[in-house]
Amino acid sequence: MSANLSSVLFLITGILFILALRGLSSPETSRMGNFFGITGMILAIVVSILSVDIFFSNLIYFIVALSIGGIIGGIIAFKIPMTAMPQLVAGFHSLVGLAAVLVAVSAYYSPDSFGLGTFQNIKTASIIEMGLGVSIGAITFTGSIIAFMKLQGLMSGSPVTFSGQHYLNALLGILIISLIGYLVVNQSTQIFWMLIIASLLIGFLIIIPIGGADMPVVISMLNSYSGWAAAGIGFTLENTALIITGALVGSSGAILSYIMCKGMNRSFINVILGGFGTDNSSGETNEKTEQKPVKSGNAEDAAFLMKNASSVIIVPGYGMAVAQAQHALREMVDKLKKNDVKVSYAIHPVAGRMPGHMNVLLAEANVPYDEVFELDDINNDFANTDVAYVIGANDVTNPAAKTDPKSPIFGMPVLDVEKCKSVLFVKRSMSPGYAGVDNELFYKDNTLMLFADAKKMTENIVKNLD
Amino acid sequence: MEIDPFIFRLSIFILSIFIGYFVVWSVTPSLHTPLMSVTNAISSVIIVGAIIASFSSLDGSNISFSNILGFIAVTLAAINIFGGFLVTQRMLQMYKKKEKKKNK
Repeated sequence: MSANLSSVLFLITGILFILALRGLSSPETSRMGNFFGITGMILAIVVSILSVDIFFSNLIYFIVALSIGGIIGGIIAFKIPMTAMPQLVAGFHSLVGLAAVLVAVSAYYSPDSFGLGTFQNIKTASIIEMGLGVSIGAITFTGSIIAFMKLQGLMSGSPVTFSGQHYLNALLGILIISLIGYLVVNQSTQIFWMLIIASLLIGFLIIIPIGGADMPVVISMLNSYSGWAAAGIGFTLENTALIITGALVGSSGAILSYIMCKGMNRSFINVILGGFGTDNSSGETNEKTEQKPVKSGNAEDAAFLMKNASSVIIVPGYGMAVAQAQHALREMVDKLKKNDVKVSYAIHPVAGRMPGHMNVLLAEANVPYDEVFELDDINNDFANTDVAYVIGANDVTNPAAKTDPKSPIFGMPVLDVEKCKSVLFVKRSMSPGYAGVDNELFYKDNTLMLFADAKKMTENIVKNLD
Repeated sequence: MEIDPFIFRLSIFILSIFIGYFVVWSVTPSLHTPLMSVTNAISSVIIVGAIIASFSSLDGSNISFSNILGFIAVTLAAINIFGGFLVTQRMLQMYKKKEKKKNK
Protein backbone atom coordinates (compact mmCIF):
# COMPACT_ATOMS: atom_id res chain seq x y z
CA MET A 1 0.00 0.00 0.00
CA SER A 2 1.37 3.40 -0.90
CA ALA A 3 2.41 5.71 1.93
CA ASN A 4 0.00 8.38 0.72
CA LEU A 5 -2.98 6.03 0.69
CA SER A 6 -2.20 4.67 4.12
CA SER A 7 -1.83 8.22 5.48
CA VAL A 8 -5.29 9.09 4.19
CA LEU A 9 -6.74 5.94 5.71
CA PHE A 10 -5.07 6.71 9.04
CA LEU A 11 -6.67 10.15 8.86
CA ILE A 12 -10.05 8.45 8.43
CA THR A 13 -9.28 6.38 11.52
CA GLY A 14 -8.72 9.62 13.40
CA ILE A 15 -12.04 11.01 12.16
CA LEU A 16 -13.87 7.84 13.21
CA PHE A 17 -12.38 8.20 16.69
CA ILE A 18 -13.54 11.81 16.88
CA LEU A 19 -17.05 10.63 15.95
CA ALA A 20 -16.79 7.95 18.65
CA LEU A 21 -16.25 10.62 21.29
CA ARG A 22 -18.85 12.89 19.72
CA GLY A 23 -21.41 10.09 20.09
CA LEU A 24 -21.04 10.25 23.85
CA SER A 25 -22.82 13.61 23.96
CA SER A 26 -26.02 11.67 24.61
CA PRO A 27 -26.82 8.09 25.57
CA GLU A 28 -28.91 7.58 22.41
CA THR A 29 -26.02 8.31 20.06
CA SER A 30 -23.38 6.68 22.23
CA ARG A 31 -23.76 3.14 20.92
CA MET A 32 -23.34 4.38 17.36
CA GLY A 33 -20.24 6.22 18.58
CA ASN A 34 -18.76 3.05 19.95
CA PHE A 35 -19.39 1.39 16.61
CA PHE A 36 -17.43 4.17 14.88
CA GLY A 37 -14.61 3.61 17.34
CA ILE A 38 -14.46 -0.10 16.62
CA THR A 39 -14.54 0.54 12.85
CA GLY A 40 -11.69 3.01 13.19
CA MET A 41 -9.62 0.52 15.11
CA ILE A 42 -10.17 -2.28 12.58
CA LEU A 43 -9.24 0.09 9.78
CA ALA A 44 -6.04 1.13 11.55
CA ILE A 45 -4.99 -2.48 12.12
CA VAL A 46 -5.71 -3.57 8.55
CA VAL A 47 -3.91 -0.58 7.05
CA SER A 48 -0.80 -1.08 9.15
CA ILE A 49 -0.63 -4.77 8.29
CA LEU A 50 -0.94 -3.97 4.60
CA SER A 51 1.73 -1.30 4.76
CA VAL A 52 4.51 -3.36 6.32
CA ASP A 53 6.43 -5.75 4.11
CA ILE A 54 5.65 -9.12 5.54
CA PHE A 55 5.87 -12.69 4.55
CA PHE A 56 2.36 -13.95 4.87
CA SER A 57 3.56 -17.01 6.76
CA ASN A 58 4.53 -14.65 9.57
CA LEU A 59 1.01 -13.32 9.89
CA ILE A 60 0.26 -16.28 12.12
CA TYR A 61 2.38 -14.78 14.93
CA PHE A 62 0.31 -11.63 14.76
CA ILE A 63 -2.97 -13.52 14.78
CA VAL A 64 -1.83 -15.54 17.79
CA ALA A 65 -0.80 -12.39 19.70
CA LEU A 66 -4.03 -10.61 18.78
CA SER A 67 -6.16 -13.61 19.78
CA ILE A 68 -4.46 -14.06 23.14
CA GLY A 69 -4.98 -10.40 23.93
CA GLY A 70 -8.49 -10.43 22.53
CA ILE A 71 -9.57 -13.40 24.60
CA ILE A 72 -8.10 -11.97 27.80
CA GLY A 73 -9.67 -8.58 27.11
CA GLY A 74 -13.02 -10.09 26.22
CA ILE A 75 -13.18 -12.20 29.37
CA ILE A 76 -12.26 -9.22 31.53
CA ALA A 77 -14.87 -7.03 29.82
CA PHE A 78 -17.69 -9.49 30.45
CA LYS A 79 -16.70 -10.63 33.92
CA ILE A 80 -15.86 -7.31 35.54
CA PRO A 81 -18.47 -6.04 38.01
CA MET A 82 -19.49 -2.43 37.41
CA THR A 83 -18.31 -1.41 40.87
CA ALA A 84 -14.79 -2.37 39.77
CA MET A 85 -14.73 -0.01 36.78
CA PRO A 86 -12.22 2.43 38.32
CA GLN A 87 -9.56 -0.21 38.84
CA LEU A 88 -10.27 -1.75 35.45
CA VAL A 89 -9.68 1.58 33.72
CA ALA A 90 -6.53 2.13 35.77
CA GLY A 91 -5.31 -1.33 34.79
CA PHE A 92 -6.01 -0.68 31.13
CA HIS A 93 -4.09 2.60 31.29
CA SER A 94 -1.05 0.73 32.54
CA LEU A 95 -1.21 -1.53 29.47
CA VAL A 96 -1.24 1.45 27.10
CA GLY A 97 1.75 2.85 28.97
CA LEU A 98 3.66 -0.42 28.78
CA ALA A 99 2.81 -0.90 25.09
CA ALA A 100 4.14 2.60 24.39
CA VAL A 101 7.38 1.77 26.18
CA LEU A 102 7.78 -1.52 24.29
CA VAL A 103 7.17 0.11 20.92
CA ALA A 104 9.68 2.85 21.73
CA VAL A 105 12.32 0.34 22.86
CA SER A 106 11.73 -1.66 19.71
CA ALA A 107 12.07 1.45 17.59
CA TYR A 108 15.27 2.37 19.43
CA TYR A 109 16.89 -0.98 18.64
CA SER A 110 15.61 -1.33 15.07
CA PRO A 111 15.11 2.22 13.82
CA ASP A 112 15.66 1.10 10.24
CA SER A 113 12.37 -0.81 10.12
CA PHE A 114 10.55 2.30 11.29
CA GLY A 115 12.41 4.48 8.78
CA LEU A 116 14.07 6.52 11.51
CA GLY A 117 17.73 5.99 10.62
CA THR A 118 20.09 3.35 11.92
CA PHE A 119 20.92 2.07 15.41
CA GLN A 120 22.41 4.89 17.54
CA ASN A 121 22.17 7.14 14.53
CA ILE A 122 18.50 8.06 14.71
CA LYS A 123 17.21 11.38 13.33
CA THR A 124 17.37 14.08 15.99
CA ALA A 125 13.66 14.91 15.89
CA SER A 126 12.77 11.22 16.17
CA ILE A 127 15.02 10.60 19.16
CA ILE A 128 13.49 13.57 21.04
CA GLU A 129 9.99 12.31 20.34
CA MET A 130 11.02 8.79 21.26
CA GLY A 131 12.52 9.96 24.53
CA LEU A 132 9.36 11.85 25.44
CA GLY A 133 7.11 8.99 24.38
CA VAL A 134 9.02 6.36 26.32
CA SER A 135 9.20 8.55 29.40
CA ILE A 136 5.49 9.41 29.50
CA GLY A 137 4.64 5.79 28.70
CA ALA A 138 6.75 4.55 31.62
CA ILE A 139 5.19 7.10 34.01
CA THR A 140 1.71 6.02 32.88
CA PHE A 141 2.66 2.39 33.40
CA THR A 142 3.85 2.50 37.00
CA GLY A 143 1.45 5.30 37.99
CA SER A 144 -1.51 3.29 36.77
CA ILE A 145 -0.33 0.16 38.52
CA ILE A 146 -0.21 2.02 41.84
CA ALA A 147 -3.65 3.52 41.15
CA PHE A 148 -4.93 0.05 40.31
CA MET A 149 -3.51 -1.42 43.51
CA LYS A 150 -4.99 1.34 45.64
CA LEU A 151 -8.42 0.98 44.04
CA GLN A 152 -8.36 -2.80 44.20
CA GLY A 153 -7.40 -2.65 47.87
CA LEU A 154 -4.07 -4.42 47.26
CA MET A 155 -2.45 -1.37 48.78
CA SER A 156 -3.72 1.01 51.42
CA GLY A 157 -5.77 3.82 49.91
CA SER A 158 -4.34 6.32 52.35
CA PRO A 159 -1.63 8.68 51.15
CA VAL A 160 1.96 7.53 51.55
CA THR A 161 4.14 10.51 52.38
CA PHE A 162 7.68 10.96 53.61
CA SER A 163 9.84 14.00 54.15
CA GLY A 164 11.66 15.29 51.13
CA GLN A 165 9.21 13.57 48.83
CA HIS A 166 8.57 16.62 46.70
CA TYR A 167 12.30 17.38 46.43
CA LEU A 168 12.97 13.83 45.33
CA ASN A 169 10.26 14.09 42.68
CA ALA A 170 11.57 17.44 41.49
CA LEU A 171 15.07 16.01 41.32
CA LEU A 172 13.87 13.03 39.31
CA GLY A 173 11.97 15.35 36.99
CA ILE A 174 15.13 17.34 36.30
CA LEU A 175 17.05 14.09 35.85
CA ILE A 176 14.55 12.87 33.26
CA ILE A 177 14.78 16.08 31.26
CA SER A 178 18.58 15.98 31.32
CA LEU A 179 18.61 12.31 30.34
CA ILE A 180 16.46 13.13 27.30
CA GLY A 181 18.98 15.86 26.50
CA TYR A 182 21.92 13.44 26.78
CA LEU A 183 20.07 10.84 24.77
CA VAL A 184 19.68 13.28 21.89
CA VAL A 185 23.41 14.02 21.96
CA ASN A 186 24.92 10.53 22.17
CA GLN A 187 22.00 8.07 21.80
CA SER A 188 23.71 5.69 24.19
CA THR A 189 21.90 2.56 25.31
CA GLN A 190 22.70 3.14 28.99
CA ILE A 191 21.14 6.61 28.92
CA PHE A 192 18.06 5.23 27.18
CA TRP A 193 17.53 2.61 29.88
CA MET A 194 18.31 5.07 32.66
CA LEU A 195 15.61 7.30 31.24
CA ILE A 196 13.12 4.43 31.35
CA ILE A 197 14.05 3.49 34.92
CA ALA A 198 13.87 7.10 36.17
CA SER A 199 10.46 7.49 34.51
CA LEU A 200 9.15 4.25 35.99
CA LEU A 201 10.30 5.43 39.39
CA ILE A 202 8.68 8.86 39.17
CA GLY A 203 5.39 7.32 37.99
CA PHE A 204 5.40 5.27 41.17
CA LEU A 205 6.39 8.20 43.38
CA ILE A 206 3.84 10.71 42.10
CA ILE A 207 0.85 8.42 42.75
CA ILE A 208 1.68 6.99 46.19
CA PRO A 209 1.00 10.25 48.11
CA ILE A 210 -2.47 10.62 46.61
CA GLY A 211 -5.34 9.35 48.74
CA GLY A 212 -8.40 7.29 47.88
CA ALA A 213 -11.00 10.00 47.34
CA ASP A 214 -8.66 11.92 45.03
CA MET A 215 -8.64 8.91 42.73
CA PRO A 216 -11.07 10.50 40.24
CA VAL A 217 -8.38 13.09 39.50
CA VAL A 218 -5.62 10.49 39.35
CA ILE A 219 -7.47 8.23 36.93
CA SER A 220 -8.35 11.16 34.67
CA MET A 221 -4.77 12.35 34.81
CA LEU A 222 -3.38 8.93 33.89
CA ASN A 223 -5.96 8.80 31.10
CA SER A 224 -4.48 12.03 29.83
CA TYR A 225 -0.89 10.72 30.15
CA SER A 226 -1.70 7.58 28.19
CA GLY A 227 -2.90 9.88 25.41
CA TRP A 228 0.25 12.00 25.42
CA ALA A 229 2.36 8.82 25.41
CA ALA A 230 0.49 7.61 22.33
CA ALA A 231 0.97 11.00 20.68
CA GLY A 232 4.70 10.90 21.45
CA ILE A 233 5.00 7.51 19.78
CA GLY A 234 2.84 8.85 16.93
CA PHE A 235 5.36 11.62 16.27
CA THR A 236 8.21 9.11 16.39
CA LEU A 237 6.50 6.81 13.89
CA GLU A 238 5.17 9.76 11.88
CA ASN A 239 1.72 8.25 12.11
CA THR A 240 -1.34 10.52 11.84
CA ALA A 241 -3.80 8.14 13.48
CA LEU A 242 -1.65 7.93 16.60
CA ILE A 243 -1.06 11.68 16.73
CA ILE A 244 -4.77 12.51 16.41
CA THR A 245 -5.83 9.85 18.89
CA GLY A 246 -3.15 10.81 21.36
CA ALA A 247 -4.26 14.45 21.24
CA LEU A 248 -7.93 13.49 21.68
CA VAL A 249 -7.26 11.20 24.63
CA GLY A 250 -4.79 13.62 26.16
CA SER A 251 -7.20 16.52 26.11
CA SER A 252 -10.10 14.34 27.23
CA GLY A 253 -8.20 13.22 30.32
CA ALA A 254 -7.08 16.77 31.02
CA ILE A 255 -10.66 18.07 30.88
CA LEU A 256 -11.89 15.32 33.17
CA SER A 257 -9.09 16.10 35.65
CA TYR A 258 -10.13 19.73 35.54
CA ILE A 259 -13.81 18.89 36.15
CA MET A 260 -12.88 16.64 39.06
CA CYS A 261 -10.61 19.26 40.63
CA LYS A 262 -13.34 21.86 40.30
CA GLY A 263 -15.77 19.43 41.93
CA MET A 264 -13.49 19.43 44.97
CA ASN A 265 -12.52 23.09 44.73
CA ARG A 266 -8.87 22.13 44.75
CA SER A 267 -6.12 23.01 42.38
CA PHE A 268 -4.53 20.35 40.27
CA ILE A 269 -1.16 21.04 41.90
CA ASN A 270 -2.72 20.61 45.33
CA VAL A 271 -4.05 17.17 44.38
CA ILE A 272 -0.75 16.09 42.83
CA LEU A 273 1.24 17.11 45.88
CA GLY A 274 -1.06 14.77 47.75
CA GLY A 275 -1.38 13.98 51.41
CA PHE A 276 -4.91 15.41 51.66
CA GLY A 277 -6.90 13.93 54.51
CA THR A 278 -3.89 12.38 56.23
CA ASP A 279 -5.20 13.55 59.59
CA ASN A 280 -8.23 11.36 58.99
CA SER A 281 -7.64 9.23 62.07
CA SER A 282 -10.74 7.29 62.93
CA GLY A 283 -12.27 6.49 66.29
CA GLU A 284 -10.99 8.33 69.34
CA THR A 285 -10.64 11.77 67.80
CA ASN A 286 -14.37 12.05 67.28
CA GLU A 287 -15.23 11.75 70.94
CA LYS A 288 -15.92 15.44 71.28
CA THR A 289 -18.35 15.53 68.39
CA GLU A 290 -20.15 12.38 69.39
CA GLN A 291 -21.36 14.05 72.53
CA LYS A 292 -23.61 16.24 70.46
CA PRO A 293 -27.09 14.76 70.29
CA VAL A 294 -27.89 12.85 67.14
CA LYS A 295 -31.26 11.50 66.16
CA SER A 296 -30.96 8.00 64.93
CA GLY A 297 -33.73 5.92 63.48
CA ASN A 298 -34.44 2.58 61.94
CA ALA A 299 -35.73 1.30 58.64
CA GLU A 300 -39.32 1.57 59.78
CA ASP A 301 -39.00 5.30 60.48
CA ALA A 302 -37.31 5.87 57.17
CA ALA A 303 -39.93 3.92 55.27
CA PHE A 304 -42.70 5.86 56.98
CA LEU A 305 -41.10 9.20 56.19
CA MET A 306 -40.53 8.43 52.54
CA LYS A 307 -43.87 6.76 51.96
CA ASN A 308 -45.64 9.88 53.14
CA ALA A 309 -43.44 12.26 51.21
CA SER A 310 -44.43 13.65 47.87
CA SER A 311 -40.87 13.94 46.61
CA VAL A 312 -37.59 12.26 47.46
CA ILE A 313 -34.08 12.96 46.18
CA ILE A 314 -31.50 10.20 46.45
CA VAL A 315 -27.89 11.26 46.96
CA PRO A 316 -25.57 8.31 46.31
CA GLY A 317 -21.86 8.26 47.12
CA TYR A 318 -18.92 5.91 47.19
CA GLY A 319 -20.44 4.05 50.16
CA MET A 320 -23.22 2.86 47.87
CA ALA A 321 -20.65 1.36 45.52
CA VAL A 322 -18.79 -0.33 48.36
CA ALA A 323 -21.97 -1.86 49.74
CA GLN A 324 -23.23 -2.75 46.23
CA ALA A 325 -26.51 -1.17 47.26
CA GLN A 326 -27.62 0.10 43.84
CA HIS A 327 -30.02 -2.75 43.10
CA ALA A 328 -31.70 -2.57 46.51
CA LEU A 329 -31.94 1.16 46.02
CA ARG A 330 -33.74 0.75 42.70
CA GLU A 331 -36.18 -1.64 44.36
CA MET A 332 -36.86 0.91 47.06
CA VAL A 333 -37.46 3.62 44.48
CA ASP A 334 -39.84 1.40 42.52
CA LYS A 335 -41.91 0.88 45.65
CA LEU A 336 -41.92 4.59 46.38
CA LYS A 337 -43.06 5.35 42.86
CA LYS A 338 -45.98 2.99 43.33
CA ASN A 339 -46.93 5.18 46.26
CA ASP A 340 -46.86 8.20 43.95
CA VAL A 341 -43.67 9.62 45.38
CA LYS A 342 -41.61 11.59 42.90
CA VAL A 343 -38.03 10.33 43.02
CA SER A 344 -34.90 11.73 41.43
CA TYR A 345 -31.19 11.17 41.92
CA ALA A 346 -28.58 13.85 42.56
CA ILE A 347 -25.00 13.13 41.54
CA HIS A 348 -22.08 15.18 42.74
CA PRO A 349 -19.21 15.39 40.21
CA VAL A 350 -16.74 13.66 42.54
CA ALA A 351 -19.08 11.03 43.99
CA GLY A 352 -17.33 7.70 43.68
CA ARG A 353 -13.84 6.87 42.52
CA MET A 354 -13.95 7.97 38.91
CA PRO A 355 -15.86 10.48 36.75
CA GLY A 356 -19.41 9.24 36.16
CA HIS A 357 -18.96 6.28 38.50
CA MET A 358 -22.39 6.68 40.17
CA ASN A 359 -24.19 7.06 36.85
CA VAL A 360 -22.87 3.73 35.61
CA LEU A 361 -23.87 1.95 38.81
CA LEU A 362 -27.38 3.39 38.67
CA ALA A 363 -27.64 2.50 35.00
CA GLU A 364 -26.59 -1.03 35.89
CA ALA A 365 -29.48 -1.19 38.36
CA ASN A 366 -31.82 -0.16 35.51
CA VAL A 367 -32.36 3.35 36.76
CA PRO A 368 -33.47 5.41 33.75
CA TYR A 369 -30.83 8.03 33.02
CA ASP A 370 -33.41 10.82 32.74
CA GLU A 371 -34.12 10.51 36.46
CA VAL A 372 -30.47 11.13 37.30
CA PHE A 373 -29.33 14.75 37.59
CA GLU A 374 -26.04 16.57 37.93
CA LEU A 375 -25.38 18.96 40.78
CA ASP A 376 -26.17 22.17 38.90
CA ASP A 377 -29.42 20.84 37.51
CA ILE A 378 -30.92 19.63 40.74
CA ASN A 379 -29.49 21.79 43.48
CA ASN A 380 -32.42 24.22 43.47
CA ASP A 381 -34.90 21.39 43.87
CA PHE A 382 -33.83 20.41 47.37
CA ALA A 383 -35.76 23.34 48.84
CA ASN A 384 -39.03 21.94 47.46
CA THR A 385 -38.30 18.35 48.37
CA ASP A 386 -39.60 16.45 51.36
CA VAL A 387 -36.90 13.87 51.93
CA ALA A 388 -33.25 13.52 50.90
CA TYR A 389 -31.94 9.97 51.15
CA VAL A 390 -28.16 10.21 51.43
CA ILE A 391 -26.61 6.82 50.85
CA GLY A 392 -22.85 6.50 51.22
CA ALA A 393 -22.11 10.18 50.62
CA ASN A 394 -20.87 12.63 53.22
CA ASP A 395 -18.48 15.46 52.36
CA VAL A 396 -20.42 16.37 49.22
CA THR A 397 -23.43 17.29 51.37
CA ASN A 398 -21.56 19.18 54.09
CA PRO A 399 -22.95 22.72 54.45
CA ALA A 400 -19.65 23.76 56.06
CA ALA A 401 -18.31 24.06 52.52
CA LYS A 402 -20.60 27.08 52.14
CA THR A 403 -20.54 28.55 55.62
CA ASP A 404 -17.26 27.82 57.35
CA PRO A 405 -14.23 29.48 55.76
CA LYS A 406 -11.95 27.51 58.11
CA SER A 407 -13.16 24.15 56.88
CA PRO A 408 -10.74 22.30 54.59
CA ILE A 409 -13.56 21.76 52.13
CA PHE A 410 -14.70 25.40 52.12
CA GLY A 411 -15.62 26.52 48.62
CA MET A 412 -16.27 23.05 47.31
CA PRO A 413 -19.60 22.87 45.49
CA VAL A 414 -22.01 20.81 47.59
CA LEU A 415 -25.53 19.48 47.29
CA ASP A 416 -27.95 21.62 49.32
CA VAL A 417 -29.35 18.60 51.12
CA GLU A 418 -30.06 20.59 54.29
CA LYS A 419 -32.80 22.52 52.51
CA CYS A 420 -34.99 19.43 52.35
CA LYS A 421 -37.73 19.08 54.95
CA SER A 422 -35.99 16.00 56.31
CA VAL A 423 -32.72 14.26 55.62
CA LEU A 424 -32.02 10.55 55.97
CA PHE A 425 -28.36 9.65 56.30
CA VAL A 426 -27.37 6.04 55.77
CA LYS A 427 -23.97 5.61 57.37
CA ARG A 428 -22.15 2.88 59.15
CA SER A 429 -20.90 5.07 61.98
CA MET A 430 -20.37 8.67 62.97
CA SER A 431 -16.84 8.74 61.55
CA PRO A 432 -16.13 11.78 59.39
CA GLY A 433 -15.75 11.54 55.65
CA TYR A 434 -12.58 11.47 53.63
CA ALA A 435 -11.75 15.12 54.22
CA GLY A 436 -11.73 14.39 57.96
CA VAL A 437 -14.33 17.07 58.66
CA ASP A 438 -17.34 16.67 60.82
CA ASN A 439 -20.67 17.15 59.05
CA GLU A 440 -22.93 19.51 60.99
CA LEU A 441 -25.86 18.09 59.06
CA PHE A 442 -25.79 15.05 61.35
CA TYR A 443 -26.89 17.11 64.33
CA LYS A 444 -29.75 19.02 62.74
CA ASP A 445 -33.28 18.52 64.01
CA ASN A 446 -34.59 17.40 60.68
CA THR A 447 -31.84 14.81 60.16
CA LEU A 448 -32.37 11.17 60.93
CA MET A 449 -29.27 9.00 61.02
CA LEU A 450 -29.67 5.42 59.87
CA PHE A 451 -26.66 3.54 61.20
CA ALA A 452 -26.24 0.45 59.07
CA ASP A 453 -24.65 -0.98 55.98
CA ALA A 454 -26.09 0.87 53.00
CA LYS A 455 -27.39 -2.26 51.32
CA LYS A 456 -28.91 -3.85 54.43
CA MET A 457 -30.61 -0.63 55.45
CA THR A 458 -32.08 -0.11 52.00
CA GLU A 459 -33.31 -3.71 51.89
CA ASN A 460 -34.95 -3.26 55.28
CA ILE A 461 -36.65 -0.11 54.11
CA VAL A 462 -37.96 -2.00 51.10
CA LYS A 463 -39.50 -4.58 53.45
CA ASN A 464 -41.07 -1.85 55.52
CA LEU A 465 -42.57 -0.15 52.49
CA ASP A 466 -44.99 -3.01 51.90
CA MET B 1 12.40 27.22 1.90
CA GLU B 2 10.75 23.88 2.35
CA ILE B 3 8.59 23.24 5.39
CA ASP B 4 9.69 20.35 7.55
CA PRO B 5 7.03 17.58 7.60
CA PHE B 6 7.30 17.73 11.39
CA ILE B 7 5.49 21.08 11.26
CA PHE B 8 2.57 19.45 9.46
CA ARG B 9 2.35 16.75 12.10
CA LEU B 10 2.56 19.34 14.82
CA SER B 11 -0.31 21.24 13.17
CA ILE B 12 -2.41 18.09 13.09
CA PHE B 13 -1.55 17.49 16.73
CA ILE B 14 -2.47 20.99 17.91
CA LEU B 15 -5.71 21.07 15.89
CA SER B 16 -6.65 17.64 17.26
CA ILE B 17 -6.18 18.91 20.80
CA PHE B 18 -8.69 21.65 20.02
CA ILE B 19 -11.13 19.17 18.48
CA GLY B 20 -10.71 16.96 21.54
CA TYR B 21 -11.33 19.95 23.79
CA PHE B 22 -14.64 20.87 22.19
CA VAL B 23 -15.86 17.33 21.65
CA VAL B 24 -15.12 16.26 25.20
CA TRP B 25 -16.83 19.28 26.75
CA SER B 26 -19.97 18.25 24.89
CA VAL B 27 -19.92 14.78 26.46
CA THR B 28 -22.71 14.46 28.99
CA PRO B 29 -21.33 14.01 32.54
CA SER B 30 -23.38 10.86 33.05
CA LEU B 31 -21.27 9.21 30.33
CA HIS B 32 -17.89 10.16 31.76
CA THR B 33 -17.06 6.59 32.75
CA PRO B 34 -17.75 5.22 29.25
CA LEU B 35 -15.75 8.19 27.93
CA MET B 36 -12.75 7.02 29.93
CA SER B 37 -13.08 3.43 28.81
CA VAL B 38 -13.50 4.37 25.16
CA THR B 39 -10.56 6.81 25.16
CA ASN B 40 -8.62 3.99 26.71
CA ALA B 41 -9.65 1.67 23.91
CA ILE B 42 -8.79 4.12 21.14
CA SER B 43 -5.41 5.00 22.64
CA SER B 44 -4.56 1.36 21.96
CA VAL B 45 -4.23 2.40 18.33
CA ILE B 46 -0.60 2.24 19.45
CA ILE B 47 -0.98 -1.30 18.08
CA VAL B 48 -0.03 0.32 14.77
CA GLY B 49 3.47 0.83 16.14
CA ALA B 50 3.44 -2.64 17.67
CA ILE B 51 2.64 -4.15 14.26
CA ILE B 52 5.60 -2.42 12.61
CA ALA B 53 7.83 -3.57 15.48
CA SER B 54 6.58 -7.16 15.22
CA PHE B 55 7.22 -7.53 11.53
CA SER B 56 10.36 -5.46 11.09
CA SER B 57 12.75 -7.61 9.03
CA LEU B 58 11.09 -10.73 10.38
CA ASP B 59 11.84 -13.78 8.28
CA GLY B 60 10.49 -16.55 10.45
CA SER B 61 13.75 -18.22 11.36
CA ASN B 62 15.32 -15.12 12.83
CA ILE B 63 13.15 -13.34 15.39
CA SER B 64 14.88 -10.26 16.82
CA PHE B 65 14.54 -8.59 20.23
CA SER B 66 12.50 -5.84 18.58
CA ASN B 67 10.10 -8.39 17.10
CA ILE B 68 9.51 -10.00 20.47
CA LEU B 69 8.79 -6.64 22.08
CA GLY B 70 6.46 -5.94 19.18
CA PHE B 71 4.47 -9.12 19.72
CA ILE B 72 4.17 -8.44 23.44
CA ALA B 73 2.96 -4.92 22.63
CA VAL B 74 0.41 -6.34 20.16
CA THR B 75 -0.92 -8.63 22.88
CA LEU B 76 -1.15 -5.83 25.44
CA ALA B 77 -2.83 -3.48 22.98
CA ALA B 78 -5.26 -6.25 21.97
CA ILE B 79 -6.30 -6.75 25.61
CA ASN B 80 -7.04 -3.07 25.72
CA ILE B 81 -8.83 -2.87 22.38
CA PHE B 82 -11.15 -5.81 23.00
CA GLY B 83 -11.53 -5.13 26.72
CA GLY B 84 -12.02 -1.39 26.26
CA PHE B 85 -14.58 -1.47 23.46
CA LEU B 86 -16.52 -4.41 24.90
CA VAL B 87 -16.77 -2.99 28.37
CA THR B 88 -17.86 0.35 26.90
CA GLN B 89 -20.51 -1.44 24.88
CA ARG B 90 -21.65 -3.27 27.99
CA MET B 91 -21.98 -0.03 29.90
CA LEU B 92 -23.75 1.84 27.13
CA GLN B 93 -26.31 -0.96 26.83
CA MET B 94 -27.32 -0.23 30.40
CA TYR B 95 -28.23 3.41 29.86
CA LYS B 96 -31.95 3.37 29.31
CA LYS B 97 -34.70 5.91 29.25
CA LYS B 98 -37.79 5.92 31.38
CA GLU B 99 -40.80 3.79 30.38
CA LYS B 100 -38.73 1.49 28.25
CA LYS B 101 -39.28 -2.18 29.11
CA LYS B 102 -36.74 -3.28 31.64
CA ASN B 103 -34.83 -6.38 30.84
CA LYS B 104 -33.82 -8.59 33.67
